[in-house]
Amino acid sequence: MIQAFYLGWRYLAFHRFKTAILVTSITLIVFLPVGLRVLVNQSSQQLTSRAEATPLVIGAKGSPLELVLNTLYFRSEVPEPLDFAEVTALEATGLARAIPLYVRFRSRGWSIVGTTLDYFEFRRLRVVSGRQMTMLGECVLGSRVADDLAVGPGDHVVSSPESVFDLAGVYPLKMRVAGVLAHSDTADDDAIFVDLKTSWVIQGLGHGHQDLTRPEASSGVLRRDDTNVTANASVVQYTEITEDNADSFHFHGGLSRFPVTAVVVVPPDQKSSTILQGRYETVESLTQIVRPVTVMDELLETILTVQSFVVAGAVIVGLATLASASLVFLLSLRLRRREIETLFKIGGSRAAVGTVMVFEVIVVLLTSVVLAGGLTLLTREFGSAAIRAFMRM
Amino acid sequence: MKPMIHVEGLQFRYGEGDFRLRVRRLDVERGVSVAFVGPSGSGKTTLLNLVAGIVPPIDGCVETDGVEVGRLAERERRRFRVTRIGLVFQEFELLEYLTVIDNILLPYRINPALRLNGDVRRRALELARGVGIADKLGRHPRNLSQGERQRVAVCRAVLPRPALLLADEPTGNLDPANKDKVLQILFDYVAETRSTMLAVTHDHDVLDRFDRVIDFKEFQEG
Repeated sequence: MIQAFYLGWRYLAFHRFKTAILVTSITLIVFLPVGLRVLVNQSSQQLTSRAEATPLVIGAKGSPLELVLNTLYFRSEVPEPLDFAEVTALEATGLARAIPLYVRFRSRGWSIVGTTLDYFEFRRLRVVSGRQMTMLGECVLGSRVADDLAVGPGDHVVSSPESVFDLAGVYPLKMRVAGVLAHSDTADDDAIFVDLKTSWVIQGLGHGHQDLTRPEASSGVLRRDDTNVTANASVVQYTEITEDNADSFHFHGGLSRFPVTAVVVVPPDQKSSTILQGRYETVESLTQIVRPVTVMDELLETILTVQSFVVAGAVIVGLATLASASLVFLLSLRLRRREIETLFKIGGSRAAVGTVMVFEVIVVLLTSVVLAGGLTLLTREFGSAAIRAFMRM
Repeated sequence: MKPMIHVEGLQFRYGEGDFRLRVRRLDVERGVSVAFVGPSGSGKTTLLNLVAGIVPPIDGCVETDGVEVGRLAERERRRFRVTRIGLVFQEFELLEYLTVIDNILLPYRINPALRLNGDVRRRALELARGVGIADKLGRHPRNLSQGERQRVAVCRAVLPRPALLLADEPTGNLDPANKDKVLQILFDYVAETRSTMLAVTHDHDVLDRFDRVIDFKEFQEG
């Protein structure tokens, strides 16, 4: 038996390229449906777990999916903004805690999330190095952002302009990194958190500049009356908020009209949740309230339908590949007829010759199954990271 | 003592084809070398196959080394063949995916009746050394010359120390130098082991080296 295995092994080793092609195709065929299922299960678990941890989200009327993806994963198109007044109005009802989010800007591809300190408590996010942000212009980084940008507490990150052609747009804001969050294996690892007001500064709704009442700025002053000072472009605008210039930063207009992209709503009980949903689900309302888990379930339903089609396709391709592999094997038996005859002539028993052939098939199948299993384990291990990387693209 | 080969009243044909082989009587004594000559299709190779028990006769008797191989079951014929007969083919019939040493050891790897042990490996090395291929044991057949390949095939045939060597045009694909070398190896083996050799050949230049020459025309007329 061992001798027959040896001969089978020598055959496979000698025809290593043919064997490798056969093994690769069978491996992929076995792996594709299984790996896809693992990947879909993982992604659905990821999507639902974060959605389940977020009771309700309020946003401007529009695509609920866009709103949820932007609020939970800080991606997708920026939804229509809400006025900050919605946040205060919501809190005034006493029915829920309101956590505003303003997710619009980016820094080297990573989302800048404007929010309040409540968000960190709500998501149970912990600062592992440095400290929590305490003043305007500071930020806290998700673990993957810190790794990717190779920055830590004391370093700076700069917001990216929304469009390079926007010459009249706002200046990029240089933000000091106050701390880095612990790895949470969620979308929070991929975000740069700033105070809501800092995100408004990035938008240009708030700014800081030279004190126009001081003599060194007088050359830039065009007109001065009791309430207003008009200056020209020579007045220095600050692009970084420091302890020295923080006091010069101010906002024009009422904060209640400033934008947020969403409000995470955390009602204390089911009753409050139901009442809130009822209030927002009126035709006239310009806002919508969504249960992220419902939106994600609908998305998953679509994904699972697509998955079923893909798996069905993979199974058909798999059967075709197995049929081709069988044909290859049968053809190779014909090509090897002379070799088989020689083995019989020099005294090879049918059992021994058969064992050689069967061993070859078993080795190819076994190797393919083991490789497919390995790939599935790798998918299970790194699939979620791949999904997140894909979602970040 | 019984002859090595005793054929009597033999009739054979492949299926319903036109080819027929009839041999009234043929005896080959032990320890002799016999050349089979004759036109293509006259049944030389078929007779070797009958003697080796690769195919059974339709009628008549084929006794090899005292055993009527035609009466043996296929399994017993195979066992008989592997222990008593060495086969050398015109096309060498080496396995391309095995190295020289593995090709020589092949009968031991493919038949449980033969046990592959250290002695066998040592003998295989000696044989390879004897025919001048000891430095090529790790090579595959495609990296050998025609003559070297046939020497490997001869080593494979004689490794189990067969009492009967059947060679089907062993020099048919060789140049004169290699032809001479391979024949010498076969004759040396026969002389050393006092075994018997039946060889099919079309090469009339080598006939005088055989103890006996049988022309197959007589069987055709038969």
